[in-house]
Amino acid sequence: MDKPLNNRAWLFVLPVLVFVLFSSLLPVMTVVNYSVQDTMGQNNFFWNGIAWFQNLLDPSTDIGGRFANALVRNLLFSFVVLALELPLGIAVAICIPRHGWKVGASLVAIALPLLIPWNVVGTIWQIFARADIGLLGAALNGLGIPYNDTQDPTSAWATIVVMDVWHWTGMVALLAYAGLKSIPDAFYQAARIDGAGRWSIFRNIELPKMQKVLVIAVLLRFMESFMIYTEPSVVTGGGPGESTSFLSLDLVKIALGQVDLGNAAAMSLVYNLITLTICYAFFTVMTQLDRRKDV
Amino acid sequence: MSVVLERVGLRVGEETVIDDVTLAFERGTMNVLLGPTLSGKTTLMRLMAGLDKPTTGRILVDGNDVVGVPVRKRSVAMVYQQFVNYPSLSVYENIASPLRVAGVDRAEIESRVAEASRVLRLDPFLRRLPAELSGGQQQRTAIARALVKRAALVLLDEPLANLDYKLREELREELPRLFAASGAILVYATTEPSEALLLGGRTATLWQGRMTQEGPTPSLYRDPGNIDAARVFSDPPLNELSVSVRDGRATRVDGAALPAHLSPDLPDGAYRLGFRVENANIREDGSGDFVGKVSVTEISGSESFVHVDLGFATWVCLVLGVHDWKPGAMASVSVDPRGVFVFRQDGERVPATLAARYVTDTVGA
Amino acid sequence: MATITLDGVGHAYPTRDPGEAKRYALKPINHVWRNGRAYALLGPSGCGKTTLLNIISGLVIPSDGRLLFDDRDVTSVSTEKRNIAQVFQFPVIYDTMTVRENLLFPLRNRGVDKRTAEARVVEIAGLLDLVPVLDRRARGLTADAKQKISLGRGLVRSDVSAVLFDEPLTVIDPALKWELRSKLKAVHEALDMLMIYVTHDQVEAMTFADEVVVMKDGEVLQIGTPTELFERPDHAFVGFFIGSPGMNFLPATVEGASGHVGETAFALGSGYPSLTDKVQLGFRPDYATVSNDGAGIPVTVLRIEDLGRRRLARVALGPHEVTATVPHGAPIALGEARLEVAAHHLHVYVDDRRVEGEAA
Repeated sequence: MDKPLNNRAWLFVLPVLVFVLFSSLLPVMTVVNYSVQDTMGQNNFFWNGIAWFQNLLDPSTDIGGRFANALVRNLLFSFVVLALELPLGIAVAICIPRHGWKVGASLVAIALPLLIPWNVVGTIWQIFARADIGLLGAALNGLGIPYNDTQDPTSAWATIVVMDVWHWTGMVALLAYAGLKSIPDAFYQAARIDGAGRWSIFRNIELPKMQKVLVIAVLLRFMESFMIYTEPSVVTGGGPGESTSFLSLDLVKIALGQVDLGNAAAMSLVYNLITLTICYAFFTVMTQLDRRKDV
Repeated sequence: MSVVLERVGLRVGEETVIDDVTLAFERGTMNVLLGPTLSGKTTLMRLMAGLDKPTTGRILVDGNDVVGVPVRKRSVAMVYQQFVNYPSLSVYENIASPLRVAGVDRAEIESRVAEASRVLRLDPFLRRLPAELSGGQQQRTAIARALVKRAALVLLDEPLANLDYKLREELREELPRLFAASGAILVYATTEPSEALLLGGRTATLWQGRMTQEGPTPSLYRDPGNIDAARVFSDPPLNELSVSVRDGRATRVDGAALPAHLSPDLPDGAYRLGFRVENANIREDGSGDFVGKVSVTEISGSESFVHVDLGFATWVCLVLGVHDWKPGAMASVSVDPRGVFVFRQDGERVPATLAARYVTDTVGA
Repeated sequence: MATITLDGVGHAYPTRDPGEAKRYALKPINHVWRNGRAYALLGPSGCGKTTLLNIISGLVIPSDGRLLFDDRDVTSVSTEKRNIAQVFQFPVIYDTMTVRENLLFPLRNRGVDKRTAEARVVEIAGLLDLVPVLDRRARGLTADAKQKISLGRGLVRSDVSAVLFDEPLTVIDPALKWELRSKLKAVHEALDMLMIYVTHDQVEAMTFADEVVVMKDGEVLQIGTPTELFERPDHAFVGFFIGSPGMNFLPATVEGASGHVGETAFALGSGYPSLTDKVQLGFRPDYATVSNDGAGIPVTVLRIEDLGRRRLARVALGPHEVTATVPHGAPIALGEARLEVAAHHLHVYVDDRRVEGEAA
C-alpha cells in the first residue's frame, strides 16, 4: 500500500535535526578531530594518526599510567558506592510508610539531598569534613579517630564515598519504593497465610517484584558515579596526591590545566566508550537473566 | 452509507493477522463479529475505523476507497471493552467531548448531551467524575459519547464483557435500540454465541484471522458451513466425533460401531461429526447410545451442562433446569441425529441425511 | 478442618455523628457453615460478600458479633493464626520459585519435615494436574496454571480450617473456565474441606457450591441449594438475579387461591390469607409457555428472541411485559397468543419476600 507522500513532514523534523547536530554531533566531531591531530601552538594542526590512543592505552607511558590508575579508581568507586547505596536504598524504601500523611513527609525528607546542586553538595561536605572547623572532621578528631581529608587518602576516600551515599541513596530508595508500591496487597496476604516470615517476604516477593526498577537504579547510579566530577573536585580537588583523581578530574587537568588537547581528546573518547560498553553489558546481562528465568 | 471490505488482509511481519476478508455493511443494520479471543475481531474493527491500514484489499465507504483517510475525517465512533473515559472530566464533559472537538455550538451540545444522558439514564451523574461511577455507569458514559457523535459507523468491541451478567442482559437489549434510531451501521464484536443470537442481525464468524462464514445470525447458527464456523458458534463447545464410513455404516476411530441413526448416508471415507449441547441429552432410564462418567456439571441458572467423559471424547450434554449430576456418576447419553452436522476431513460441511434414518429406525423399532 | 459459626456477625463502618444510625456494610447474620461443604457468596458488587470473606480471613474485624472456628472464638485472631487458605482474584505465585517450591513453601514455613512435605506436594499436584510442570518456573506458566498453584499452596496444608476463593476465575480465559471449575469441584469431592467461594457470577456459584448465599446491600436474602434458589426464590431479587432471563414479576392482588393481575386471573397452587402492601406474582420464563393456539391467559406476542437452543417470547399482558418460553419446534407468530403457567410454579411475594401458601 502506498503511503501518501508529504514532503512538508520533513520541515517539522528539521529543528530537531539542527538541535541534535549542534548539541551532540558537532562537539563530538571536534573531539574526534583533536584526537587524531597534534599542534605546535598558533592553531597549526597536523595529522597524528592513532598515536594519542596508542600512548593512552599503554600503561608504561606517563599518560597511559595516569589513565589506568584513574580508571581503576573509578571502577572501585562505582563498585563501593553501588554496594552501599543499593541495600541501603532498599532498606529505606521498606521502612517508608504506605499510608497516611507520613508517606509525603518521608518522601520529601528522602528526596531532599537530590534537590541540592552538585557543587553545593560538594561545598557542604567540604566544610562539614574540615578537620579544624567542620562538624564531622572536628568531631571525629575529638573522638580520637585520626581524620583529615586533605592529608590522608583514606579519609578523603571515605568522605567522597559517604557524601555520594548521602546524595544518592534517596534516589535508589524512591525507585525501590515505586517498585514496592506496585505489589498488590494480595501478595502480602497470601504470604501471611502461607506462614512466611519478614525475611521470606522480602526474599520471595519484594525483591523479585523490585527487580525491574533495581536494574534501572543500578544503571543510573553506575553511569552517574562513573562520571563523577563536581563533588570531589570541590571537596578534595583530586587529592591528596592523586588519590581521588577520577577520570573526569584528570581529564579536566590535562585538557584545561595542561592544554594537552590531543591526549585529552583521546582520553575522553575512550572514557566515553568504556561507559557505554559497561552500561550495555549491564543491560544485556540483566535482561538476559530476566528472560532465562521464564524457562 | 455503506461500508464494504474488499479482500482485506493485514500482515504484520511474517504473521497474517487478517486473511482475505470480504464483507459488506448496510445503513441501519446490526452486524456481529463473532470469534474467540485473538481471532481478529478487534483488528478488523481498527481497520474499519482507519486506525490501521490493511496491507492488501480495499475499504470502500459509499463506493469510495477510504484507505489512508485519517480517523478524524471519518464518521466513526468506537466503544471498547475497557471503560475508556477522560478521568479528569465530568460525565457531562465526557459525553460532550466529541462535540466540542467538532466545534458544535453550545445549545446544540446541551440538547444532544441531555438526550443521550436521558436514554442511557445518566442524568443523576452528569456532574460526577468517571471514577465515582460503577462499572455499568462508566460504560454507559462511553456509549453515550459514541451516541452523541451521531457517527455513521459505530464499532462496539466487546462493550459488555467487563460487566456483571445482569447488567449485560439489560444493556444488551438497550444498545441496538439506541443506535437503531440513528440509522448508523452497528458493528458489534463478541466472543459469546448467545450474545450474537440475542443481538440478531447478521453475523460473521472469525477464526484465526479468517472469516469462516457470514449470514443472518439465526440461520448461521442452524446451518454452519464448516467446522470452524460451527465451533466458533457453539458455547458450550461443539461435541465432536471422528468416524469412518464404510458401506453406509459408521465406526469410531477405535473401531467401535456407531448406532445406525448416527451413520451418515455418505460415500465411504473419513468424516467428523459435530453436534451442539442441545442435541446431546442424558437419559435417566439408561436408554442412551453412549455411557460415560460425569466430570462436572455447570449450572447456568435455567440450564445445566453436564460434561461427560466417554473415554473416546468428552461431550457436554444439556439438561433443562437446575440438576446437579455429581462428578463420577455414570450417565447415559443420547444424540439427536437431527442436530448432527457432518464435516469432511478438510472441515467443509457435507449435506447428510441422518435424520431420515433416525425416523426409520425409530419406526422400525 | 472445621465448622465456621457466624454468631450475629456484622460490620458497620464508624459513623461520625454518635446519634446517627449505624450504616452496615454487612448486616448481622447467624449461620453455621459445616465442614466438608462448599458455599458460594453471590451478589452484585457492593453487596457485602467481600466484607464477609474478609471477616472470615481476618482482614476485617467485625464490628458486631462473634466468629467461631469449631468452638474457638477467632473474632480478633490474626490471619496467620486462623489456619485458612485463600485464592485471590489474581494468581499469587512466588516468581523466583519452581512450581514445586511454591507448593512446598507453606509447609517449609511451618517446619513440616521434608519427606512428608514432598509426598504431600506430589499428591496435591496430582490432584491439580500440575505434576508435569512441577520443576518449571512458576512465572512462565499460563494464568490458569498459576491459579492452580495458588490453590495448591492452600491445599497442601492438612490443617486448614477453610479454603476461601475470591472470584478466582476473573483472569482465566473463558474457554478454560469450565476446566478449572471442574478441578475445583473434584478437589472438593476428594479433600472434604470447607470451601467458601465469592463471586458475582451465578454460573460459578451454582456450579461450585452445595449451598449458595445470595446477598444484596449488605443483607443475606437467601441461603439454599441451587435447585431451591431456582425453583423457590425467597426474595424477588433472588428470582431476578438467578436464571437468565430472571423471573417475571407482576403486581397483583391475591384472594384465596387465585391471583389477579388487572382483569386477568391466575390460578395459584395453594390458598393465601388476605395480603396487603406490595403484592406480586412471580414466575420463571422457563415455566411459562406461549403458543398461538393453546389454552391459557390471552396475551400479545411483541417479539421473539431466537437463542439457538431455545426461543423466548416477549409478551404483553395488559400494560406489563413478560418473558416466556416458546415450546421446542412449535410455530409462533406475533400478535394474539396464550400464556400458560403451571400453578405450582407461581409464587406470591409481599414486599419482595415470598409468602408460603396454605395447602389448597
